[in-house]
Amino acid sequence: MNLNKTGTHLFQGNEAVVEAAILSGCRFFAGYPITPSTEIAELMAVELPKVGGRFIQMEDEIGSMGAVIGASLTGTKAMTATSGPGFSLKQENIGYASFTETPVVVVNVQRVGPSTGMPTAPSQGDVMQARWGTHGDHPVVAIAPGSVAEAYTATIRAFSISEFLRVPVILLLDEVIGHMREGVSVEDVQAVEHLERKRPKGSKSDFRPYRDDGSGVPPMANFGDGYRFHVTGLFHDERGYPDLSPEWARTLMKRLMGKLDAHRDVHEWVEETETDDAEILIVSYGSPAQAATSALRQARAEGLRVGQFRVVTVWPFPEDALAKYKGQVRAVLVPEMNLGQLRLEVERVMGDAAPVLGLHRADGELFKPAEILEKIREVD
Amino acid sequence: MALLDYFRTDMLPHIWCPGCGNGIVTQAIVRGIDALGWSQDETVIVSGIGCSSRAPGYLDFDTLHTTHGRALAFATGVKLAKPHLNVIVVTGDGDASAIGGNHLIHAARRNINITTICFNNSIYGMTGGQYSPLSPSHSYGSTAPYGNIDRAFDLCELVRASGASYVARGSVYHIAQLTRAIQDALAKPGFAFVEAITPCPVYFGRKNQLRTAVDMMRWQKEQMIPLRRAEKMDPEELTGKVIIGTFADKDLPEYTDSYEALIEKVRREVEESS
Repeated sequence: MNLNKTGTHLFQGNEAVVEAAILSGCRFFAGYPITPSTEIAELMAVELPKVGGRFIQMEDEIGSMGAVIGASLTGTKAMTATSGPGFSLKQENIGYASFTETPVVVVNVQRVGPSTGMPTAPSQGDVMQARWGTHGDHPVVAIAPGSVAEAYTATIRAFSISEFLRVPVILLLDEVIGHMREGVSVEDVQAVEHLERKRPKGSKSDFRPYRDDGSGVPPMANFGDGYRFHVTGLFHDERGYPDLSPEWARTLMKRLMGKLDAHRDVHEWVEETETDDAEILIVSYGSPAQAATSALRQARAEGLRVGQFRVVTVWPFPEDALAKYKGQVRAVLVPEMNLGQLRLEVERVMGDAAPVLGLHRADGELFKPAEILEKIREVD
Repeated sequence: MALLDYFRTDMLPHIWCPGCGNGIVTQAIVRGIDALGWSQDETVIVSGIGCSSRAPGYLDFDTLHTTHGRALAFATGVKLAKPHLNVIVVTGDGDASAIGGNHLIHAARRNINITTICFNNSIYGMTGGQYSPLSPSHSYGSTAPYGNIDRAFDLCELVRASGASYVARGSVYHIAQLTRAIQDALAKPGFAFVEAITPCPVYFGRKNQLRTAVDMMRWQKEQMIPLRRAEKMDPEELTGKVIIGTFADKDLPEYTDSYEALIEKVRREVEESS
């Protein structure tokens, strides 16, 4: 897309991700073929050499996750893309990226699971895995765009969040968003801010790779720039050296888990529609939000007070933003293409304030607006 | 430069057991780097998980202690992203040949310019003495209480067949030959692999009637046959012996060079068509 021209351009979701990644400065991609994310690898193979970037098809999903972490440590923005089975395989190294605070963007174009499941059918079955897929407590960000245009801007934001907060960002597409074609406006793309990795200042010999500068996010040096630092997946002190003492473990985990809370403005992303007077709230994310929006319009036409709280950054879950509706709404609907995952978070936040009703399907079919509308009428 | 200048002295003492040969192999790597005059600022040392994989932590370079078996995958990312950096992988027999076997053969197949030093102590030491794919048949381990019925890999043969530019095996007992092999491997453009046989008296030795470091060194001395001598021996004489020497030393296209050429070609085509 020529950003010097105005107007709207047609993109496939996976294509939008590639274009936005390159615009964000991504210059390294390692991947492994898997449906329905393969177009991302194919397009990266075409585009990266044109901008002096590097593409590699690794021997497996685990290796591609390792390679992007290695590339990122040299100061190169890096991305990988996969789908369900591959996402499972990447988990150990995603935890490594999280704990060593190495920025990486991992695209997961969700298909129906478990196991090999339905490779070409959409799902949102990996929402909880995006949060808890790797072992141990750890920070992670996951973003679930609701349209192709949003896949574009979400990719730019994914790089910003990942680089600025030194955290892996999972871009949770679903097969519909990945393969659908929609318009993307140049103006919307231009409006997104790009954030970069914070760089160390001062002498190289005093550099401490994990020293908190007060922001919760230590400045990050590149391999090869003379800082000569150590990176390990063991508990590590400010120098990066192993330190397994309980006292230090508490200090490190407090900073690590706290950095996302301290920078909520960087990653929180919610889109609210018609919520001011809403009595029924639809909490949606990903492609089902499109059916929900359509149902909302029809319900409003019938005079029903329905609003939509669309979660774009699903992890960390926007609990304070949602809690505002306690006492206002009488019911919450959660349509999702799984058997009830983000609904659990919504229930946790709403508590006894309102019943939370799930609309769930994990059969490879999309939600139709009529199904959601019917549920709205039922609740009303 | 003094060898100690290549070490992070504030990380010492190391965690290795008395009688362990890992320090000797680490020293051989440092001697190789010193002989080639490599800059500490432009050399990245990557490892996986296990006893040997702790070595980079003691060395004053950019160092990366990754996940089990994955050092070569991480190292591939480092090298491909920044081809001007020297990249060394330190791995162990379990790390390289079991959980990381796939990355090993594919790094060799691509012939990416990474020097891999596999510290082969024939056992999983960090977890307390389980048999590995390089444990000899009939040896004992905590998971081979009745003797190991597996056959061992000839890892050098595997890496050579996978397409590496340079492949050698040495032992801590034959330190001069090992040091030279490591230096040659570092200097070689392309995937270079050295299997460094190192004693583990605490876990391998204790289960295999080689309880002391001296017993293990004697075992190395008796078992190892230089390649030139082995070529004159018949297969029967070589039963149970380990051949040390250089098994491959070839000039082959290197992966990051090929990628640079690809970038140039693509950019030229884009320019011409616009």
